[in-house]
Amino acid sequence: MRDLSERALSTATVRGASYADVRIVERVDESITLKSGRVEGVASGESEGFGIRVLVDGAWGFASSHRLEGDEVDRVAADAVRIARASATALRQRVQLDDRPAAHGTYRTPVVEDPFAVSLETKVGELLAADQLASSVKGITFTESTYTAQRSHTIFAASDGSYTDQTITHVGSGIETNAIEGDEHQRRSYPDAGGGWQSAGYEYIRGLHLADHAGALSEEAVELLKAPQCPSGSMTIVLDPSQLYLQVHESCGHPTELDRVFGTEASYAGTSFLTTDKLEAGFRYGSDLINIVADATAPGGLGTFGWDDEGVAAQAVPLIQEGIFVGYLSSRETAPRIGRQSGGAMRADGWNRIPLIRMTNINLLPRPGMSLDEIVADTDDGLYLRSNRSWSIDDRRLNFQFATEVAYEIKGGKKGRLFKNPTYTGITYEFWRSCDAVGDERSYVMLGTPNCGKGEPGQTGHVGHAVPGARFRNVQVGVGKW
Amino acid sequence: MKDPGDAVGWLLLADEVLDLAAAAGASQAEVVIQADDAALTRFANSEIHQNVAERNARLSLRFIHGQCIGVAATGRFDPGTIKKLAETAGEIARNVEPLADFVSLPSPGPRAIPDLPGAFSAATAEATPELRAEGARAVIARADEVGVTAYGSFATSTETIIVANSLGVRASAARTWSQLITVSMGPGGGTGYAEAAAVDATKIDAAALGKEASELARATAEAVAIEPGDYPVVLDTYAVVDVLDMLGYLGFSALAVQEGRSFVEIGKRVGSELVTIRDDGADPAGLPMAFDYEGVEKQRVDLLTRGVCSGVVYDGQTAARDGVRSTGHGLPAPNPYGPFPLNMVMEAGTSSRDELIGGLERGLLVTRFHYTNPVHPKLAIVTGMTRDGTFLVENGRIVGPVKNLRFTQSYLEALAGVSAVGLERRCLKGFLGGVVVPAVRINSWTFTGATEH
Repeated sequence: MRDLSERALSTATVRGASYADVRIVERVDESITLKSGRVEGVASGESEGFGIRVLVDGAWGFASSHRLEGDEVDRVAADAVRIARASATALRQRVQLDDRPAAHGTYRTPVVEDPFAVSLETKVGELLAADQLASSVKGITFTESTYTAQRSHTIFAASDGSYTDQTITHVGSGIETNAIEGDEHQRRSYPDAGGGWQSAGYEYIRGLHLADHAGALSEEAVELLKAPQCPSGSMTIVLDPSQLYLQVHESCGHPTELDRVFGTEASYAGTSFLTTDKLEAGFRYGSDLINIVADATAPGGLGTFGWDDEGVAAQAVPLIQEGIFVGYLSSRETAPRIGRQSGGAMRADGWNRIPLIRMTNINLLPRPGMSLDEIVADTDDGLYLRSNRSWSIDDRRLNFQFATEVAYEIKGGKKGRLFKNPTYTGITYEFWRSCDAVGDERSYVMLGTPNCGKGEPGQTGHVGHAVPGARFRNVQVGVGKW
Repeated sequence: MKDPGDAVGWLLLADEVLDLAAAAGASQAEVVIQADDAALTRFANSEIHQNVAERNARLSLRFIHGQCIGVAATGRFDPGTIKKLAETAGEIARNVEPLADFVSLPSPGPRAIPDLPGAFSAATAEATPELRAEGARAVIARADEVGVTAYGSFATSTETIIVANSLGVRASAARTWSQLITVSMGPGGGTGYAEAAAVDATKIDAAALGKEASELARATAEAVAIEPGDYPVVLDTYAVVDVLDMLGYLGFSALAVQEGRSFVEIGKRVGSELVTIRDDGADPAGLPMAFDYEGVEKQRVDLLTRGVCSGVVYDGQTAARDGVRSTGHGLPAPNPYGPFPLNMVMEAGTSSRDELIGGLERGLLVTRFHYTNPVHPKLAIVTGMTRDGTFLVENGRIVGPVKNLRFTQSYLEALAGVSAVGLERRCLKGFLGGVVVPAVRINSWTFTGATEH
C-alpha cells in the first residue's frame, strides 16, 4: 500500500499539485435482515479503492477508482490534477489550509469479540430468536430485525509526509415491530429505529439483549392502536435518550458544521443560522444546563477514530458550554477563516468520496443531580416521549418537527397512559433555552446514527451521540390534524 | 486483475461466476454487475469548491440453495476473490432458514429486452471537467448579472448494468444521466432554485437555469411573515416531484401493500380526476431504463388513473406472492424495501403557469420543499418546509414573497384536491430515479408552523 500511496502523491505533485493526499480504503460488511420471524436477506460485501485529493493553483480536485493498480493510480492522479485546473477556472478565493503536525501512527477500534469471526449461525440465531418473539404477539402485522457489521481499513498519506493506518469496526442491531389496523399503523423499536450502533465488536450486540425486549415492545405497539391521540398544546416534555439524540443531531450537530455556515452545502442540505458573528458574540444557544461537545475520542461512538480524513488527530471540541455557543465542527480549510485550528471533523464515506465536515460524536453531557426517573418524578404535568419516528428541520436548522413512536402521560410525577402519534415542534434556540433539567450519568448512553446524509454526490455518515434524558418547558405538542 | 471494462467482458465474467456458483452447489444463481463512471462539479459562493470523479464497479452474487438465499458482493475481480465470493454466498445460503415463499429467480421474458437508444448519450459519457466547469461558470455569470451569489452542482454519470442468471436471463445496458441544480442567494435574504435532469448533459441549458434561480432570488428578497394555516397552493414542479417520490416510497410498491402499510387499494379513488401517474421506464421524457436489477424488462405500470388506484410495481419476490409476473421494478438484492417505481411520470394538464396562479383567489405559490418526512405513513401525512421561493398570491397575481412555512399535510388529500395541472413538464431527479412532473394547483394545503427566513 505504501508503494501505491507514494506513487499517487508523486504523480500528483509532479503534475502540479501543491498539496495532495490519498486514501486507500478496504471495507467489508455483513448484514442480516429478518422479517416476521424469517430470514429475508443475508449479505456479505467488500470493496476497495483509492481517492486522490489535490490542490492546484489554490483549487481542489478529486478523482478515485476501484482499481488498485500502478497505472490506474497514475491515471487517477493526473485526472485529479486536471479536475483541479478546471476548478481554478471558477475560483474567487484560493484555498488555504491550516498548519498541523504531520500525522503518523495506527489506530484500531477496541474490539473484544470480532463480529466477522462470530459464526453466521450464531448471529442469525440470536436475531431470529428476538424477531420471532416480537412477531408472535397477537395483533402484530409484521416485524423487522436487522444486524450490520462494517470494518474499514484506511491508509491515509499526504504530501506533507503524513501516513496513518486505521481499522475501524462498527456494529448495529435492532428490532422493529409494527401493528396495523385500518388506517392506523403503529411502530415500536428497540434500541432505536434503525438499531443501536457503536464502534465495537459483537460484545455490543450481545449486550443489547434484544430478545428480552421483544415481547413487551410488540405488546406496546398493539396497545398503541387503541391509545388516544396525543393532545395538542404548549406542554412540558421529557425526552428519552432514544429521541433526544436525534434532537441533538439535527438541531445542534448540523448547525455547527462550519462548511454549512460558509455556504458550501447551500444547494443541497442548506446552510446554518449559526453565523460566525454569533461565535464572537457568545450567542445563547440553550439554558445554563446545556453542555455539548464534539468528542472523537469518546469510547464506542460511531464518530470515534485516531485521525480524521485530513490527518488531524481526534480531539474533543466544545460546541456549547453552559448554554453559550463556543465552537464549530471544522476542517483545515474552514478553521483558519475564523482564526482557529481544525477540530478534526473531516470524514469521507469510503474511497470514492471526498472528506466533508461531518459530526464526530456530538454529546450532550450529563448533569450531576437528577436521574431521568427523578426528572419524571419532579414533573407535575407533561409527556414522556420515546423513540424517534420522524424528523424534519428547515434549511437553516431553526424550525424543527419531530414525531416519536410513543408518548406516556406524566401526571403528578408518574408515567401513566399511552398516547399515539405524538409530535412536537419548535425553533432550535428557543427549545434548548427551555431546558430546565438534564439527566445525570444514570441515563447517559451512547447511540449512533448510521444514515446521516450530506454532500453531493451523496455520502452516508456514521455519527455518534451520547446523551442522557432531559426536560423542556412550553413546547408545542400535537401538530397537524388527522 | 483489471475489471473487464466493457459489457461483453462483464457478461463473460458473469457467466464465469454463475459456473462457480453451480459448482459450489447453487440450484439457481444470479449475478448483477454495476459499473459507474461518474463526476460532479460543485460550486458555492460563485466559485467551484468541490470537483470529483469516480470509477467504480461492483459484482453481486445471489446464490440459491433450494429456498435458502445468500448474497455476497465484491469490488475485486481477480480469480481468487471471485472464487471466494461464490463460496461465501454458498456458505450464507447453507446457514440460513428457507424463505418459504421463494419460488424462483426470473426466467427470460417472452421477448428479448429491447435497447432504449434514448437511455444513453455519448456526450454525457464523454463529459469532461471542463464541460462541467463551463456549466458552472454560465450559472455564476447569470448570478453576477443580477447581483446574487450562485450555489449548485453539475453531475454527469454513466452506469453499466449487467444481469445474468442461471435460468438464461442476460440483460446488459449502459445508461447516462446528468443533473444541474442551483440555488441563488441575494440581498435581503432572497433565495431561488432551478434544476434540470437529462440523459444528454449538453441538452441542459445552464445559463437558463442560472437566470431562473437568480431572478427568483431577487424576487424573494425581504420576504414577510405570514400566519400558518390552510391555503390553496400552486406547487411548482420542484415541489411536485417530492409528492410523487413520497407516494412511491409509501404506497406504490407491492411489498407495501402486502405488508398492509400502503394506502393503495386497487379501484379506490384517492386523487382528483386530473391526476394520472404511471411508471414507465421507456418514456424518453424521463431517464429511461430498460430492465430492473433482476434482469426483467420494465413494464409500464399505471399507478393512478384519473385519481383511481390502478396498480403497484412488483419485483420477483412480491410477484410470486401474488401469483403475477414481475413488472420489472426490483432493486439490487438483498432488498428489504421491496420494488420501487424508478421512472414515475405524471400526465400533463392543460393549464399554463399563469392560469395555475390565476386560479388562486388567495393562496401561496411554492417553489420547492425541504427535508420532508412521513408523520403518518398510511395516511401519507408528511411534514416538511418550503424553501427557495414562497409567494403570496391574491386575486390571481403574485403579491410578494413570504417567509418559509412548515407544513403537515396528507399527500393523498392533496391529490384529491388537485384543481388544475400544468401543461409544461420537467424531468427531474427524484429520490432514486428520474421523475417527469408538471406543476399543480391544489385546493388546500395545511401549513403548521413558520420559520425566521
